[in-house]
Amino acid sequence: MQCKIVPSVCSYCGTGCGILFEVIDGKINSTLPLKTHPVNEGKLCIKGWNLHEHVNSFMRLKKPLVKTSGRFITTEWDEAIGLTADRFSEIIQKYGPDSVGVLVSAKLTNEENYLAQKFARAVIGTNNVDHCARL
Amino acid sequence: MAGLAAAFGSGAMTNAIAEIEDAGCIFVIGSNTTACHPLISRRIFRAKEKGARLIVADPRNIQLSRFADVAVQQRLGSDVALLNGMMHIIIKNGWQAKDYIADRTEDYEQLEKTVAAYTPERVQTITGVAPADLKRMAKLYATSQPGSLLYAMGITQHTTGVDNVKSCCNLAMLCGYVGVYGGGVNPLRGQNNVQGACDMGGLPDVFPGYQKVSDPEVVEKFSKAWDRKLSFKPGLTITDMVPAMLAGKLKGLLIIGENPKLSDPDWNHLSHALKNLEFLVVQELFLSETAQVADVVLAAASSAEKEGTFTNTERRCMRIHKAIEPIGQSLPDWEIIRRLSTAMGYKMDYSDPEEIFDEMTALTKSYAGMNYQRLGIDGLQWPCPDHDHPGTPYLHKHQFTRGKGKFHAIEYQDPAELPDEQYPYFLTTGRMFAHFHTGTMTRVSPHLDIEQTTGYVSINPKDAGSLGVKQGDMLVLSSRRGRMEAPARLSESVEPGTLFLPIHFGENPTNVLTNAEAVDPLAKIPEFKVSAVKVEKLTA
Repeated sequence: MQCKIVPSVCSYCGTGCGILFEVIDGKINSTLPLKTHPVNEGKLCIKGWNLHEHVNSFMRLKKPLVKTSGRFITTEWDEAIGLTADRFSEIIQKYGPDSVGVLVSAKLTNEENYLAQKFARAVIGTNNVDHCARL
Repeated sequence: MAGLAAAFGSGAMTNAIAEIEDAGCIFVIGSNTTACHPLISRRIFRAKEKGARLIVADPRNIQLSRFADVAVQQRLGSDVALLNGMMHIIIKNGWQAKDYIADRTEDYEQLEKTVAAYTPERVQTITGVAPADLKRMAKLYATSQPGSLLYAMGITQHTTGVDNVKSCCNLAMLCGYVGVYGGGVNPLRGQNNVQGACDMGGLPDVFPGYQKVSDPEVVEKFSKAWDRKLSFKPGLTITDMVPAMLAGKLKGLLIIGENPKLSDPDWNHLSHALKNLEFLVVQELFLSETAQVADVVLAAASSAEKEGTFTNTERRCMRIHKAIEPIGQSLPDWEIIRRLSTAMGYKMDYSDPEEIFDEMTALTKSYAGMNYQRLGIDGLQWPCPDHDHPGTPYLHKHQFTRGKGKFHAIEYQDPAELPDEQYPYFLTTGRMFAHFHTGTMTRVSPHLDIEQTTGYVSINPKDAGSLGVKQGDMLVLSSRRGRMEAPARLSESVEPGTLFLPIHFGENPTNVLTNAEAVDPLAKIPEFKVSAVKVEKLTA
């Protein structure tokens, strides 16, 4: 058996509690509060204590899906990315960059949010980028 | 955040979470803190143990109200009148911080003139709060120094959301509580990285670090850094994107980690809009309500499966670490965007998130002093402009980010929709302790699902009695937009004439009832917190 403890931050509300993932043989077994963390000082709420459960859910998507004649078919990454890139490029060419929008989210890391707005602005060429803080 | 930025020059929680413990008085308005931010409510209880006074103003009788020195239930959407009423009393008794107002703020005279008209009696007719309670609130807040004001969506999700926030800022500045340890105006962010998403430029009018897209120098800087000619034209907000989709102007949409079908203010409206798109792509962990209607769904890895940083509500940027390999063939969102961008002819060749972080800090002053080594476990609070800077626990210490703190004279306005003969009930929406936002994460978590498996509607036992409704009976709620069903939960937490719906449950979507047309003119936040409905018992 291999056991490791990995420090991280809870991804539910905006409080940002410090957590430890207990990983046994490559699977997260539990979520524990980080005792020395300046935000939560070793405490967690019911959502935090169960953070790993959504990670382990059998409902997780495991491969990209492409809708063909109204039904989702699993595909390989190269195909899904290629198709997405082609369709966006077509729309941009036909209607201009402002005909495309990007919704980023509070669930993404800073790095991913940075990259997503860079994608909208530099790659698509539009400032149509927003997120769900209003909602 | 537009209200905070207008008053102080910076749209973020002014003080650190830990400082709440050392406040003299805590004023919670429009935040069900024990349910939505439990580890912040812990600081409130610690503060109480140390002798702090607690004021709670919420249209519902929330858990925190039971521990308050003064708790009031203002009528839905009447916050501006309530806050103006408190300021009226503070000024009348001379409790305001006169030197602070003179040295550090501007436009005070207009505020004084405006709030003079908000006598306790007038405020009572608007808010339903008794003059004696209003006086106790004003006195406790102004005289138990320093006062820490906490708010959440109960303040912002209104047509007058920006006015509400500005009024909170007015009250705090009036008492000299901004820029001091233990005080401040503290918006509690609902999602783990809302602050970060805003900081990173996930907004139609700003680049990372709130640098304006309309500023030629800024556009020049980013054009150079990214080697592309960039647009000066501010983009569409999420609330403007929906009509643009309906009008056929917005044709393609990429949604990353969001479920707007449940979080958007108007389900019917949005469903039509999404159908009108030529191409919809969703990056998600699960096949959410929104992912189900997409053309392509890209399987994303969870935050336990990648490196990166989150910035919490107190501006603390902290690292997350990869605990396990991505489930199945899912990929971290940054890797998906990297591949998509490269496939569209803009090569991105980052080998890990640290390279992205370093590129971002080089372009963003408030994060400039941060790197992965410095963040460690505790993280750093922005602004952190250079590598020797220790970070900033509270803002506006010697002066406001914008120079002087600005008072805004605000008049009370009614919500967009008030109950009438046809739709006689107030409806408000919110969250419950075991679930999170649209439920995509918590409802697949067995220990959270078991706490509450279905949606419900809270109704006062008096109203239930007059409708002949028992606990668990199915009710039909309808508004001018649509109708939905949910089982009744009899509860004194809502006043007679008011109903409450939690937002987490896709099969009982609250947003078929709420009003997408009613948005704050500046912040474009929809009025989720107030609509008018009628309610009937479902007969089989």
